[in-house]
Amino acid sequence: MALEFLKSIVFELNDEEYALPVDLVGAIERVMPITRIPGVPPFVKGVLNLRGVVTPVIDLRERFNFEAQKETEATRVIIIQHDEKDVGLIVDACYDVIDIPNESIEPAPETIGTVKIDYINGVAKYDERLLILLNIDEILSTDVLKEFYEEK
Amino acid sequence: MEMNEYLDVFIEESKEHIQALNDHLLTLEKNPEDVSIVNEIFRSAHTLKGMSATMGYQDLADLTHKMENVLDAIRNHKVTLNEAMLDVIFKAVDALEAMVLDIIDGGEGKKNVKSLVNQLEAMENGENVEAVTTSASNEPTEAMVNTDVSLDEFELTVLQQSAEGGFNNYQVTVTLQETTLLKAARVYMVFEILEKLGEVIKSSPSVPELEEEKFDYSFTVVLVTKDSAEDVSAKINKVSEIDTVVVKELEIQAYDRDVTAERSVDTDEVSKQESAEQEQTSTDTNAKKKSQLSSKTIRVNIDRLDALMNLFEELVIDRGRLEQISTTLKNNELQETVEHMSRISGDLQNIILKMRMVPVDQVFNRFPRMVRQLAKDLNKDIDLQIYGAETELDRTVIDEIGDPLVHLIRNALDHGIETPSERETKGKPTQGTLKLNAYHSGNHVFIEIADDGAGIDREKVLKKAIANGVLTLEESKSYSDQQVFQLIMASGFSTADTISDISGRGVGLDVVKNTIESLGGNITIDSKYNEGSTFVIQLPLTLSIISVMLTEVKNEKYAIPLSSIIETAIVNKKDILSAHHQPVIDFRGRVVPLVSLSNIFNVPGETEEDDFYSVVIIRQGEKMAGLIVDSFIGQQEVVLKSLGNYLTDVFAISGATILGDGQVALIVDTDALIK
Repeated sequence: MALEFLKSIVFELNDEEYALPVDLVGAIERVMPITRIPGVPPFVKGVLNLRGVVTPVIDLRERFNFEAQKETEATRVIIIQHDEKDVGLIVDACYDVIDIPNESIEPAPETIGTVKIDYINGVAKYDERLLILLNIDEILSTDVLKEFYEEK
Repeated sequence: MEMNEYLDVFIEESKEHIQALNDHLLTLEKNPEDVSIVNEIFRSAHTLKGMSATMGYQDLADLTHKMENVLDAIRNHKVTLNEAMLDVIFKAVDALEAMVLDIIDGGEGKKNVKSLVNQLEAMENGENVEAVTTSASNEPTEAMVNTDVSLDEFELTVLQQSAEGGFNNYQVTVTLQETTLLKAARVYMVFEILEKLGEVIKSSPSVPELEEEKFDYSFTVVLVTKDSAEDVSAKINKVSEIDTVVVKELEIQAYDRDVTAERSVDTDEVSKQESAEQEQTSTDTNAKKKSQLSSKTIRVNIDRLDALMNLFEELVIDRGRLEQISTTLKNNELQETVEHMSRISGDLQNIILKMRMVPVDQVFNRFPRMVRQLAKDLNKDIDLQIYGAETELDRTVIDEIGDPLVHLIRNALDHGIETPSERETKGKPTQGTLKLNAYHSGNHVFIEIADDGAGIDREKVLKKAIANGVLTLEESKSYSDQQVFQLIMASGFSTADTISDISGRGVGLDVVKNTIESLGGNITIDSKYNEGSTFVIQLPLTLSIISVMLTEVKNEKYAIPLSSIIETAIVNKKDILSAHHQPVIDFRGRVVPLVSLSNIFNVPGETEEDDFYSVVIIRQGEKMAGLIVDSFIGQQEVVLKSLGNYLTDVFAISGATILGDGQVALIVDTDALIK
């Protein structure tokens, strides 16, 4: 029987490696000018013009409550197209597409790195690397936005 | 299923045909003698029948077929059209529409139409129609009596047509030898020969049954061919293990006496549709030239147009850059080329925008039918006049404007226009007039709904308003007519004495008003007591392009829609007053509160102290406010874009737009700032 793979895009965030299914990804862009939007949570950096489509951008570091970092030459925006939503995710670097064998994926352990367990679908060991598989629904959940608006 | 890809086309076309049926029936009602209109109706019904049969919506096909029979009887003067009949036909069209709607909602387009079918049949067989005694439903049984193979109407028509086209219709009975081992193989070989000879219309037993050898030794097929009976017989006999081949001429008349009345236009096969229509036109001397001109259109998904628009905007941004480069380089040839490109892309933009425009007729076309029905229900005599149906509006506006218009028309019919007897006592013509008028003016489209009915009773409205506690007796005296009329659009306000089915539940006009305002338009009322009322709706030409005033607040740019701006002003700091700890200015005698965009949007950066403020005066309804910005950049036409599905409910931001330099600027929702 052929091995089942999960084709994933791998990116770096706060010195850890994360993976998202490649079919969610519409494009990977260098950082473009971003227009700030007033009155939204700080992790929403604003909107950018992606080939004529106004696309909101989330800083994944701030979304996960990591320490903010100045953008570098390696900083990328991964454009996610999911569930009728187009959103850009700012990550530290993005360099790889790999096939993760399904059998190497394990459920997320209770404590893993610093990311809240809700955002994680599982972890995969691949070539001595530890990849954290993210749950895109949770990351793009608008509940956080609603909470933020209500607090205001 | 592969049918799915045709479903969209089917739905769109069915809607068009149903609309055409409605339109023509209404014309027919006015000119019952005009056979050419009956022909038009017949044609629509016929096409609809063919399409629905092809798609497998049997109920739809059956009902249209019955309608067709009645129409045919009418145009052949077998029955005389009367109002009761028209009502039944209208009901049948309603039923058709309901079925199509069901299909749109993913249903199977099934509906119990028994009573309608009975009524239609009764009409068809009504007085003076002795000739058409066979009703469609019992044709097959009758056919069985006469021959071995039963044929349905569709097959009969094909045969009828082929006979007219010079083909021979044969009933071929093949008997295999009793010793035959592989009956299915022989059947296969016989069919192969038959198919080379012509077309097999029907086989008994059916082909699958034959393939499974579910027959004794003989089977019968109906064959359409150009060859002679002898040839057919000889060719089939070449297959071994055949006992006998009997080839008989097929008498279509024996099957169905009604076929002649059907006039050979009855076919469900799309490929035959054309020839059928041609035939009909040629046999029908009264048929007018068909309006083929309108068919030169294609349907495009609006998403594709949006995508085209997006790509085009990219191009515009690049054009801007190119223009800059060419001015710096000062190369003549480059400059000329860039100028040319600019002109062409301007034209291109106009075309793309126009592609999104559709005539308002798409909304108007259902009103004649609706008014007719309402007039009947209300026992009123109403003449509906429609002007400017060709006026074009953006597709997005068209989609939204239907319901408010329906409401206003219902209102006008129910409360506006009086009953014929009332009108007579008032000395007006018994027939009321409802005018629907659409026209362009500037960047707006106006739609007027005018009736010559009772008008708005100022006193009654005021009394009601006072009773509801909306205003006091004192206040009411100073109210202008306009202000009074605006009252009836406040929520929960109905001046109708009785609540009817049509309108008057007190919900409505406020919803109409809100819908129109949400589209960036507004509605005004003009009315004279006992002379009638006119509702005027003003709508923007398009929702996707708006005029804005671009302003700068520190390093950020904000666009304020021109539609909500009264004017811009430079205000000296000394002129700013304070009321309830709120900075205000005296603007042409009115106290207008000031709001700093920089504070509201928490714009980062240092505030430069200045003695003068740039203020944009905005308004919403009667309320006004002044927005303080750093500077005005200028007026611009911009393409309105949403912030997407992730960011919803951002405070005081209604959308975004992409500026010439490719940057995104936010559009301010001024209504949220006036509170």
